[in-house]
Amino acid sequence: MDIRPEKTAIEVHNLTASYNRKPVLWDIDFSLPQGQLIGIVGPNGSGKTTLLRNMMGLMKPDSGYVNLFGKKLDEVREKVSYVPQRETVDWDFPANVMDVVLMGRYRKSNIFKRLSKKDRDIATESLEKVNMLPFANRQISQLSGGQQQRVFIARSLAQQADLYLMDEPFVGVDAATEESILNLLSEMKKEGKTVVIVHHDLQTAYEYFDWIVLLNTRLVASGPKQEVFSTELLQEAYGGRLTVLSRIGDLMAKQDFPMRESEFKEKEGPGDERAS
Amino acid sequence: MKELLEFLSFSNPNVRVVTLGTMFIGMSAAMVGSFAFLRKRSLIGDAIAHAILPGIAIAFMVTQSKNPYYLMFGALLAGWVAILLIEAITKHSKLKADTSIGLVLSVFFGVGILLLTHIQHSGAGNQAGLDQFLFGKAASMTTADLKAYSIVAAFLLIVVSLLFKEFKLLSFNAEFAKISGLPVRSLEFVLSSITVLAIATGIQAVGVVLMAALIITPAAAARSWTENLVTLLLIAGFAGMFSGLVGSYISFTAPNMPTGPWIVMSLSAIAIISLVWAPKRGLWSKLKRQRQNREKILTENILKAAYHLSERRKNLSSIISLEDLQGIREFGEAELKKGLRLLSKRFLILSQNDGFKLTEVGRTEAMRVVRLHRLWEMYLTQRMRLKADHIHPNAETIEHIISPEIEEELIRELGYPDKDPHESPIPYK
Ligand SMILES: Nc1ncnc2c1ncn2[C@@H]1O[C@H](COP(=O)(O)OP(=O)(O)O)[C@@H](O)[C@H]1O
Ligand SMILES: [Mg+2]
Repeated sequence: MDIRPEKTAIEVHNLTASYNRKPVLWDIDFSLPQGQLIGIVGPNGSGKTTLLRNMMGLMKPDSGYVNLFGKKLDEVREKVSYVPQRETVDWDFPANVMDVVLMGRYRKSNIFKRLSKKDRDIATESLEKVNMLPFANRQISQLSGGQQQRVFIARSLAQQADLYLMDEPFVGVDAATEESILNLLSEMKKEGKTVVIVHHDLQTAYEYFDWIVLLNTRLVASGPKQEVFSTELLQEAYGGRLTVLSRIGDLMAKQDFPMRESEFKEKEGPGDERAS
Repeated sequence: MKELLEFLSFSNPNVRVVTLGTMFIGMSAAMVGSFAFLRKRSLIGDAIAHAILPGIAIAFMVTQSKNPYYLMFGALLAGWVAILLIEAITKHSKLKADTSIGLVLSVFFGVGILLLTHIQHSGAGNQAGLDQFLFGKAASMTTADLKAYSIVAAFLLIVVSLLFKEFKLLSFNAEFAKISGLPVRSLEFVLSSITVLAIATGIQAVGVVLMAALIITPAAAARSWTENLVTLLLIAGFAGMFSGLVGSYISFTAPNMPTGPWIVMSLSAIAIISLVWAPKRGLWSKLKRQRQNREKILTENILKAAYHLSERRKNLSSIISLEDLQGIREFGEAELKKGLRLLSKRFLILSQNDGFKLTEVGRTEAMRVVRLHRLWEMYLTQRMRLKADHIHPNAETIEHIISPEIEEELIRELGYPDKDPHESPIPYK
């Protein structure tokens, strides 16, 4: 199932992505609506993080492309923000909470410059929104997992974007953090922001999100949650692995198979500069 | 003493040049090394130091001069080529980063040695000084060298202060820098270039082999003392300068002593002292914390056993003999003595002729420990749905950790329970 929204925030077109030539996303194609809370849901290893990384331009797809608000990432970069999984950094870094949140204000335009008073105000406000202001001067090495997560979200809020992509913000956090994030999400929705959240827990996914993308190496479904949450589709996403698909992937890695033959690539449309 | 004064007076121009030169080198290396350290690229310093050798040799062969600027330019080129090669190999082959670093390092170094040998044998008049790049020879530093080093040091300082926040983000979370639209590749290029520069200035004094130590050691030492990046850079910079000073002084007092190895020796001493004795992050304070924890557990266990006994006797101020206590819970003989000594030092117990007695404060403290134990057992059974016969061992350790705030929260969440899951009363004040 693939339901198309009226106003599109993200369009993923025929996206195939791989690590060391082994594809982990096959021909993903869907569009996400603006102004909603969207969950990208699938079991561990189903390619959710890889999908986000492709959306943020941190990885080049083998083929296909992603458009944000109908444009290329570089044209709308300042409107998009990303909250990586918190394990992707070493928290034993000499910095305090405020330092990290201020990083959300670093821009190409203020290289060589000091941050302004306004930047500091925005960072303070962002910390307030995740209830972390009392910890502004705390060393980041001393934060709990939930606090780390909130600091990352605050840093992202400080970027003042329209579209936020968050990778597993609910994993390993305490009740206070979960509540604080959920409150924040409904705030953000009210302000018309689009929030895309990678999530692997089915139970809560239905509660949290308006729109759900079910992913398992390929797209299983994308649409309003009521439509997507059918036993069949869930079974498809969470039921047994697709053994044939994963074996073909292994073969391609071993034999250095090209993902696509080159003449096909030419016909890809707007994505081909990036695909090559 | 006289020697030290003479050294510090800088009256000998040669000493002045060497000392200032090594201090500039130490500072520059430490400064750029701090970022390499934080980016966990400790190997890169070693790789660059080895890789720039052919650059220096070629620069000499082409210009037939030891002008520091020409040599540095050659070093810079070789360093860039090496870094690009390492990146390309990591990206386009299945080799991991450390393997490609090792590969490039050894190939470049081999070529460098070949070229140096060639220069040596070709009998160029000026060549005698080139093999010093291998092991370093600070004493041969000239005023022109010193000038070049000070310019490099000033340049590095300016670059680092201008790009400080970008380098900070790059070191903490490079991908976030990328999604923020920062020109990550250019920033990395600048950072690599100043690293190559710092290393190129340093190898004349300390040599290719020891240069990596000047890059990483100051930062590793500084990290033990601070949680602030600016402070870290300052401490590392000073450690680098100080070891330059010490190295020069030692080779001044004992003229046969080489400067480079002594710089590295004093840096290592600083690092070892830091790693062992720095407050909080040092090994010593870690051991101390562990000992304190063990003592806390021991004394709290004794108090708890005493309380259990008193509870049985229904008399909180009875005299407790050591045998009585052992009947409740087994303690090692020496352990128990130590625990009791610690307890009476804190006036939690009073020694009596054949045992001890809890003081007022001791009773309160004992009640607190027992309360935490029983509260935690309640929490485990009620909130985590563990079976009552499984929870005791877990509560044994947790009771020593729970802070007053958590205690309050526990009590509130459980609604002031008066009995634990084993039906023992929970003692409140
Ligand atoms: N850097 C990497 N190199 C090689 N394989 C990777 C890498 N990152 C992820 N993978 C593989 O790609 C697949 C999808 O991973 P990922 O996108 O992280 O899944 P998810 O986020 O849904 O758990 C997994 O099989 C994983 O092992
Ligand atoms: Mg993931």
